Amino acid sequence: MLTTVLQQLINGLSAGSLYALVAIGYTMVYGVLRMINFAHGDILMVGAYLAFFGISAFMLPWWVSFITAIILTGFVGVLVEKLAYKPIRNASRVSLLITAVGVSFFLENLFLVLFGGVPKAFPIAPIFHGVLNYNQLYLPVVSIYTPIVALVLLYMLLYILHHTKYGMAMRSIALDIDTTSLMGINVDIVISLVFFLGSSLAAVGGILWSTQYPSINPLMGIMPGLKAFAAAVLGGIGDVAGAAIGGLILGISEVLIVAFFPSLAGYKDAFAFLLLILVLLFKPTGIMGKELERKRF
Amino acid sequence: MLKVKNLNVFYKLIHAVNDISFEVPESKIVTLIGPNGAGKSSTLKSIVGLVASSGQINFLSHNISKEKTYQRIKRGIALVPEGRKVFVNLTVLENLRIGAFNKPASTLEEKYERIFQIFPILKKRAKQYAGTLSGGEQQMLALGRALMSEPSLLMLDEPSLGLAPKVVQEVFEIIQHLNREGMTILLVEQNAAMALKIAHYGYVLEAGKIVLEDVAQNLLQNEDVRKSYLGEV
Ligand SMILES: Nc1ncnc2c1ncn2[C@@H]1O[C@H](COP(=O)(O)OP(=O)(O)OP(=O)(O)O)[C@@H](O)[C@H]1O
Ligand SMILES: [Mg+2]
Repeated sequence: MLTTVLQQLINGLSAGSLYALVAIGYTMVYGVLRMINFAHGDILMVGAYLAFFGISAFMLPWWVSFITAIILTGFVGVLVEKLAYKPIRNASRVSLLITAVGVSFFLENLFLVLFGGVPKAFPIAPIFHGVLNYNQLYLPVVSIYTPIVALVLLYMLLYILHHTKYGMAMRSIALDIDTTSLMGINVDIVISLVFFLGSSLAAVGGILWSTQYPSINPLMGIMPGLKAFAAAVLGGIGDVAGAAIGGLILGISEVLIVAFFPSLAGYKDAFAFLLLILVLLFKPTGIMGKELERKRF
Repeated sequence: MLKVKNLNVFYKLIHAVNDISFEVPESKIVTLIGPNGAGKSSTLKSIVGLVASSGQINFLSHNISKEKTYQRIKRGIALVPEGRKVFVNLTVLENLRIGAFNKPASTLEEKYERIFQIFPILKKRAKQYAGTLSGGEQQMLALGRALMSEPSLLMLDEPSLGLAPKVVQEVFEIIQHLNREGMTILLVEQNAAMALKIAHYGYVLEAGKIVLEDVAQNLLQNEDVRKSYLGEV
């Protein structure tokens, strides 16, 4: 019994840290632009494809391919902001939201047309090979690495936000864009930086996700994207630490529900959205809930 | 130092600033007074490019009217906005730090010390979030934050707004002190009496137009000004 619980907790922790990595991107973009970037899940997919091509088409060593994919995905996020969101930055939030949905469809269909809808096997990096067996605990190496990677990245992000000049600008921009520009700060660069960081984290999530499954397809970003969005809302949208906590809670509760109510296993994917509805009904500000409009990172 | 010519600001159908021209000479305090909605804030915002405008804005003999806000600020303009707008989610020290965003880190300590000398209260509050400060302290912080960039032109939008008379007095003394040290200042105020007392020159703005301009001393004596703005019958 204890091993089962432990086993499930580790599985949940691993899934949860993936949601956390992706949720952070939603929360940061919401923080600066007050919009839900519904294309964020597809950015995860782009990251996974870039890593795939690095290894399978360009024969790069896995780590070179991963790092390249993470950085390039960051730039894809920056490009999406520049082309699609920046021109309507001062329009109504609904216009931004609809544009994000449009970008999402665009990326999905672009990849469908370019690379086809047939899932491709994702090459598993040597470092993620194997399973640890320990007292009947069954631990794929990747699910041990995932929470560690997520924790290290979260720490780095919080460090940037709280101990660097541009991190400070990201926090001030989240409060007030105009006054931030009065400090002589080029707010376009700061916003680009936010998209770069959020998108790179999504790429890391995409790579880890693909390693666990291990296949990729152009629509693979939808489910983790939506769940991570639910996690971000659960944690309190706009709050980075909250997004991480929301991701963990979602991942662990998904796994535990299936473990203890096997008959509900078929509804596993619905749980995130049930949670989303409940949060929106009873505590729209989420766990780290301050007043919605005052919350900044 | 600052020369504005034929400035116009439109918000959709509202003509908020109607073809005004004015000047702020070096080392002077110039004040812009006028009733609510006259277009005072719009004028200041258009100088730093926060609202779109037409007309010429010359700063230190550069036409800056096409530049982005951050570029104009880098040239040496600072605006203390209406309602102070300190970053409540940053600490007092971070607010000062961000004011000097484009200055080398090595010069920061020296700048903090200078600000703490003018506003000793900020030193005591340095580690606190700016949101926990009183209104008066926030005004000091907003001023300190603007001074961190060592501007050539300091623009203030209603620094007396919502402050107790004693604090207003203090703020105006600091403004005057800064000017005596050579700072050029453009001061927007509803508190016309206070503003005209420390200013060298003044413009009266009504419904987007400059209706009167003169040496501040003369405006203080002017019949219309006394009636409309100094509360005399
Ligand atoms: N963003 C905006 N959109 C539409 N109209 C605006 C906007 N900002 C200001 N206005 C209008 O422009 C006019 C001038 O406003 P402005 O804020 O410049 O006046 P003000 O002189 O600063 O007034 P106050 O003393 O109350 O601060 C007002 O009629 C105001 O309603
Ligand atoms: Mg005003």
